[in-house]
Amino acid sequence: MSRLSEDNVRIAQEIIGRYPRARSATIPLLHLAQQQDGYVTNEAIRHIGELVGATSAEVLGTATFYEMFKFEPVGKYLVNICRTMSCALMGGDELMHHAEHTLGIKAGSTTPDGLITLEHAECQAACTEAPTLQVNYRYRFRVTPETFDALIEDLRAGRLDSEIPPHGTVARIRQRIPADRGVGAVAPEDVTTAPAWMPAPEAAK
Amino acid sequence: MTTTESNDLEVPAVVPDPNAVSVVINGKQFTARKGDLIIKAAEDAGAYIPRFCYHERMSPVGMCRMCLVEVDTGRGPALMPSCMFPVAPGMVVSTESPVAKAAQEGIIELLLANHPLDCPVCDKGGECPLQDQSFSHGPGESRYIEEKRHYEKPIPISDLVFLDRERCILCDRCTRFADEVAGDALIHFTSRGNTTQVNTFPDEPFSSYFSGNTVQICPVGALTAKPYRFKARPWDLQEAESTCTTCSVGCRTAVQSSRDEVLRYQGVDSDPVNWGWLCDKGRFGFESIASDDRLTTPLVRTAEGHQATSWNSASASAAQLITEAIAAGGASSIAVLGGARGSNEDAFAWARLAHDVIGTSNVSAQLADGLPVGVLGLNRATIDQAASATTIILLAPDLKEELPVLYLRLRDAAVKHRSRIIEFAPKASGLTRYAWRTVFYEPGSQADAVGAALAQDDIGAQLAKGDVVIVVGRANLAESSAPTIAALQALTTALPGAAVLPALRRGNVMGAIGVGMRPGKGGLDSRGILNAAADGKIECLILVGADPLADVPDADLARRALAGARRLIAVDTFINQSSKLADVVFPAAAYAEKAGTTTNIEGRVTTLAHKVTVTGTSRPDWMIAADLALRLGTDLGFTNIDDVTAAIAANVDGFESMTAEALAASPNGVLCVPVAVEPVIAPAVVLADRNAYDFRLVVSRKLYDQAIGTATSPSLATLATGGAVYVHPLDIARVGSAIGASVKVSTSKATIVLPLAADDAVQRGSAWIPFNQHGANPGDLIDAAAAVTDVRIESL
Repeated sequence: MSRLSEDNVRIAQEIIGRYPRARSATIPLLHLAQQQDGYVTNEAIRHIGELVGATSAEVLGTATFYEMFKFEPVGKYLVNICRTMSCALMGGDELMHHAEHTLGIKAGSTTPDGLITLEHAECQAACTEAPTLQVNYRYRFRVTPETFDALIEDLRAGRLDSEIPPHGTVARIRQRIPADRGVGAVAPEDVTTAPAWMPAPEAAK
Repeated sequence: MTTTESNDLEVPAVVPDPNAVSVVINGKQFTARKGDLIIKAAEDAGAYIPRFCYHERMSPVGMCRMCLVEVDTGRGPALMPSCMFPVAPGMVVSTESPVAKAAQEGIIELLLANHPLDCPVCDKGGECPLQDQSFSHGPGESRYIEEKRHYEKPIPISDLVFLDRERCILCDRCTRFADEVAGDALIHFTSRGNTTQVNTFPDEPFSSYFSGNTVQICPVGALTAKPYRFKARPWDLQEAESTCTTCSVGCRTAVQSSRDEVLRYQGVDSDPVNWGWLCDKGRFGFESIASDDRLTTPLVRTAEGHQATSWNSASASAAQLITEAIAAGGASSIAVLGGARGSNEDAFAWARLAHDVIGTSNVSAQLADGLPVGVLGLNRATIDQAASATTIILLAPDLKEELPVLYLRLRDAAVKHRSRIIEFAPKASGLTRYAWRTVFYEPGSQADAVGAALAQDDIGAQLAKGDVVIVVGRANLAESSAPTIAALQALTTALPGAAVLPALRRGNVMGAIGVGMRPGKGGLDSRGILNAAADGKIECLILVGADPLADVPDADLARRALAGARRLIAVDTFINQSSKLADVVFPAAAYAEKAGTTTNIEGRVTTLAHKVTVTGTSRPDWMIAADLALRLGTDLGFTNIDDVTAAIAANVDGFESMTAEALAASPNGVLCVPVAVEPVIAPAVVLADRNAYDFRLVVSRKLYDQAIGTATSPSLATLATGGAVYVHPLDIARVGSAIGASVKVSTSKATIVLPLAADDAVQRGSAWIPFNQHGANPGDLIDAAAAVTDVRIESL
């Protein structure tokens, strides 16, 4: 696990080019790193710092704010079981208990085969469908112990590969904006004229 | 009603000050300055608002909310963080209203909820803003009874600084300092949210040259400095204001001691100089004062080596050596080197002794690594002028390594868009990142580089925009000063209005040269003295706090000079390579062991505090000079330090204003710029072409090296990087050796062996070796007589 690959550096340069300041690309590049390795490695943080002109500490400081960036290896599938009010009332805790039992791991850890990481989650905003869980942020509603077991079996058998890509995948089709189609990002200090929507001073009176 | 027409005499209308803003603070009318933050205006009006994150020298962030006050801008009173809002006309501020007090008490209670309250074992206890303001503005009691947050107790975030995250109140002072002031954003808030903490990136410590400042500005005991941990309680410390002489920037410091031992320096905010900041070398170098290796008694050389002796017999021996030397070769066969590491008074007494009593003109405060003294006679800039000039031209060594706080000031000027920096350098420096233009030149060709740059339209337009300050110094010890002087002359000819700030490094080099430690009429400069000594023409060489074997770039010349001088007298605080060879060694009082004055690069004379008793029987240099003068038959008339200070003010051109009264009245010192001593003449630079297979050598200093003051400060001694020869990564293949492997670096004169390293700060075709580091000495390769040094690098 490592720095960004050569292909990803090319994508990174393209992303950086979309912003007036390289630093603005920090979070998209963290997504890219997480897509590459499944989590954000220290080497990738250092590499991103070099690419955007920030220190590793600054990139780490930004990255660690976000719950969905992981800094330790996670399984191919990240299973988040909601434990907030509605889900808790509808059996979320029992579901978690069942999941821990079935998978043989505690919440916050990964199965020995590296396939599934189990985590508690706060409200997933689907209270009408409680209890809910997410697999790599894809919803499963009204989950019962039985449907949970079936889900795990499907994941293990690879039957959901087309629906649920490995953890870290932001999109399977990456948006490409060729350089000549870019909007021409201009840094605020380089802006010399008022934006089109701003009325001229005399018109404002 | 009738309107009366005014027939009054025309009263000159009072022009209202456009920058005055009238506000009401705690019921009293107050005129603040436009742009002042409420917190500052209130303080000026006598109403102190408690604060943790607000710091005058950094941008406000409103992190801690401690400074909440009630402000009425016409829409009714509202709580506002006073560090975030500038005053506005008619604003009514109430810092002590029940609402403001309740808010402040609430913030204290919340800040203390997770604070460990381990004040009895905390170094900050007694001088802690959190402790003080909990008493002055806190509720007195906490309702919080739950378990507090726990973190691993202090973790080292660098070799010098420890971080206790339990005590931290997340005020953003240290992280802001690191990013905004020092430019080394190596600490940052991580895991922001419920578990926000300050931390470094794993394996990338906070190894900033300015890390000690974060300890000083930390408003709690979260950051502590290794050299001071558990050494003293603040109420046991005595302090005296002084000036740091580690380099020649002249930062104001508070020297703090307990039980007659210096335990800490704190930066003092001197507006024209250091703004409260210090570099770590200056801040933690106090450890060398109490080093066990300090000289305690005079030494004389006998057949068995150095023997401790009394001052009487040492002075008598030294006076006899001088008398013998005069008898053998006349007064001009005596030479005095040094004086740049002491006070103005030390240098003045030694200058009087050398010039007037002994009668020699061979005196120099520089050690073949400086600039011709004529540079000091050019139109001198102050640091403030440099940091507010439209254009700053750097023809100087890496200021981050040599004059760190000047680096902070110039960096500030560049990042705040006050100034544009045009840098001429043989390799990338700390300021290259902030420079508007950097022109890299091959050592020796800087005059050509300057000429080419001046011919460029955009640079010409920039220079025409406003005032220009040129910072000049020796960027490369492996070349003579001639190419730099030629480049300087090209600049001053093209820009006659430009002011010059000389970037000479040694603590009081400006003062020493100014008060007379410079060649007299027909006298030899430092290189001349060393050459004469090497040729056996110097009967007696006197080293006043000078260590030529460590300081002179041409190591071979220094060795031959010390071997060739028939008699050698040294005044020093330590036995170093040079004083080891002396016939008589006088132990000198160190910094903080003597009073006096010092002069910084801009000519600012400030006071030095005498804080602790001298080590052993050592004496200040001036006293040693006065004693020797008396033994040689002349009474200099100095009985105490004030006599010497007064004598400088009375006798030295340019130093008239440094009277005791003026110094006492102005803690920021008085400017004393000597009049032109001699014109600078650019010697013709004759450069041999570099062979295609040679590298042109750059030798320059790093902040931490083997210098005696650093080597005898245990906290700093381990920070020196060690020697290596650095080339551009693309030149590694040319060398034909692997990074880290030992390689031979050779000239026709000598060959040394150093590990090979890659650094893209080094230009292609040149090689860089840091000076005075552990390992082989690059000085062996340097020839003081040659304009530049070319080396061949081969695998072993």
